[in-house]
Amino acid sequence: MQESFLSFLGENLQLFFTYTGFANATIGHFIMIAIGLVFIFLAIKYEFEPMLLIPIGFGILIGNIPFKDAGLNIGIYEEGSVLNILYQGVSQGWYPPLIFLGIGAMTDFSALISNPKLMLIGAAAQFGIFGAYTIALQMGFEPNQAGAIGIIGGADGPTAIFLSSRLAPNLMGAIAVSAYSYMALVPIIQPPFMRLLTTKKERVIRMKPPRAVSSTEKIIFPIIGMLLTCFLVPSGLPLLGMLFFGNLLKESGVTRRLAETARGPLIDTITTLLGVTVGASTQATQFLTWNSIKIFVLGALSFVIATCAGILFVKFFNLFLKEGNKINPLIGNSGVSAVPDSARISQHVGLEYDPTNYLLMHAMAPNVSGVIGSAVAAGILLGFLT
Amino acid sequence: MIRNKISILMLFALFCSAGAFAQSASSIRINEVLVINEDNFVDNYGKRSGWVELYNSSVGTVDIKGCYLTDDKNNPTKYPIPKGDVLTAVKPRQHVLFWADGQPSKGTFHLNFTLNPNKENYIALFDADGKTLIDEVTIPAGQTADISYGRVIDGEEKLGILTRATPSTNNVTLDTNEKIENFKKNDSYGVGMTLTAMLAVFSVLLLLFIVFKNIGIAAIKASKRNVQKAAGDIAASTKTSAYTGEIITAISMALHEVNEDVHDTEDTVLTIKKVVRTYSPWSSKIYTLRETPKK
Repeated sequence: MQESFLSFLGENLQLFFTYTGFANATIGHFIMIAIGLVFIFLAIKYEFEPMLLIPIGFGILIGNIPFKDAGLNIGIYEEGSVLNILYQGVSQGWYPPLIFLGIGAMTDFSALISNPKLMLIGAAAQFGIFGAYTIALQMGFEPNQAGAIGIIGGADGPTAIFLSSRLAPNLMGAIAVSAYSYMALVPIIQPPFMRLLTTKKERVIRMKPPRAVSSTEKIIFPIIGMLLTCFLVPSGLPLLGMLFFGNLLKESGVTRRLAETARGPLIDTITTLLGVTVGASTQATQFLTWNSIKIFVLGALSFVIATCAGILFVKFFNLFLKEGNKINPLIGNSGVSAVPDSARISQHVGLEYDPTNYLLMHAMAPNVSGVIGSAVAAGILLGFLT
Repeated sequence: MIRNKISILMLFALFCSAGAFAQSASSIRINEVLVINEDNFVDNYGKRSGWVELYNSSVGTVDIKGCYLTDDKNNPTKYPIPKGDVLTAVKPRQHVLFWADGQPSKGTFHLNFTLNPNKENYIALFDADGKTLIDEVTIPAGQTADISYGRVIDGEEKLGILTRATPSTNNVTLDTNEKIENFKKNDSYGVGMTLTAMLAVFSVLLLLFIVFKNIGIAAIKASKRNVQKAAGDIAASTKTSAYTGEIITAISMALHEVNEDVHDTEDTVLTIKKVVRTYSPWSSKIYTLRETPKK
């Protein structure tokens, strides 16, 4: 009796062990857990995009807890599991438009409205997307996969997730993590190229202070902006529509509560869910592939191309501008729409060469037009490749 | 009053638009018809008969309950599609099959007419009002057994004899993405895509630049005009008035003192009002006690 009970107990413990993470772990799980821990470390120690890297880093830990496939309905890819339900916002692509709603409600387009020619810098920086697209094709990716990878160069996490969920869902985890990682690393990637491509004389160009923009202009901007961009690129509607809608909530002055919700609790909730589920989707079996490594290389290249394209475009544009109206090429990098980090870098590098030359307000214009430009580019890729 | 009227108007417009969206059977197409069924699909009763396939060409679910199918131009309401059957809701880009066996008692999807193999067959779908024609197809006489007639590509205009009968599924199955194949074939380096897309991105932002450049110019002009107008008003008022700015300020301050600073003169009327508390059992303390107090 006692012997059979002991053997029953032993079997139970053995069965329990087969369910534990230790029994099911592979080397891949430990590598991914290490990557997650690095993300958390970078976010806490160096404050690299902590709002994103902490949810993504912890999501990686959640997604890489090994477990036995015993129908427990706990994995992110198991239909009906809690994580799977939360992941629907990513896979179905409805988190990114909600984030764009919040971005619209917190973005001040005044700098852009006061000096609209700076919009074109935001367009030039989109060369990063298509440069990476071209290289990805040569590396053997299909056109739809290349488009999804190229969008990393738009430096816009929600846009990258939105497009990759449509064009290449199997690469979405790697694309999202790559996009957010490089956005966090913008302060390291951009400055060397900004110094390399500009002369000392160019770096100290002083730009005219932006004029005061009336509230009427601010109200007109999201309405006309949405109509013009979406009429030309209807496939960008989910992102652009929500971006401009959020901005109208902010600028109309009569929907303060809605605007505050959009730029506060709503965007925070969605960012948390998006970060943690994107992180959890990077399960070792799905993520640790050669394709992921290629995507990381292409992501870095796309950021470099976008930065260089923005700066070179400003230099080219300056050839046609009168003395006194010239643009400081140090704001060219901010066409990369990592808002507001790339604009801050313009300011930071500008101050190194002239401590009284404040470029932040000027840099915000290409920065926000980069958001519009990358959403338009995503719409075009979606239209061509779906 | 005006606000109320506007609200009522908006509610009415919303109500009308909701009605318009609810009625979306217009995206249903008669997609494929098999007139002679000898060795094709069988129904749930194991019988073979001609069939009519409908296709929802929209991106939303459409419920066709209450619509009418007919083979007679003069009788548009010949077969009313029954209400109350959940299967009449056709999902986006999906199909629904009706058996033309003349036995409607067999269920929702069995029509009360049959298809005649010896002559031309007319099939039409009418909206729930029995008058609005949604789609009609005339199948030429002399159809071959087990060869269907319908739209070459689901939901599109072009009709013809189909290479194979495909009840409840797509008439053409695409196993490759034409757009992607086209890019692979003609743009292997991505130059075409880069040029096209960058042109589009620049066009969008250039258009925004032009529009807002002009709006900016108009805004600056308007603001200058307002400043000039205000300056003109001040100049005009100083011309006609003998008072200087200092005098006007002093008068304004005095008026403010009189109108706003009222603490020096208080209202001295004292009102004494009798407080009346009428008795009610609802407010009686005795009824709210759980225990009677001990004497």
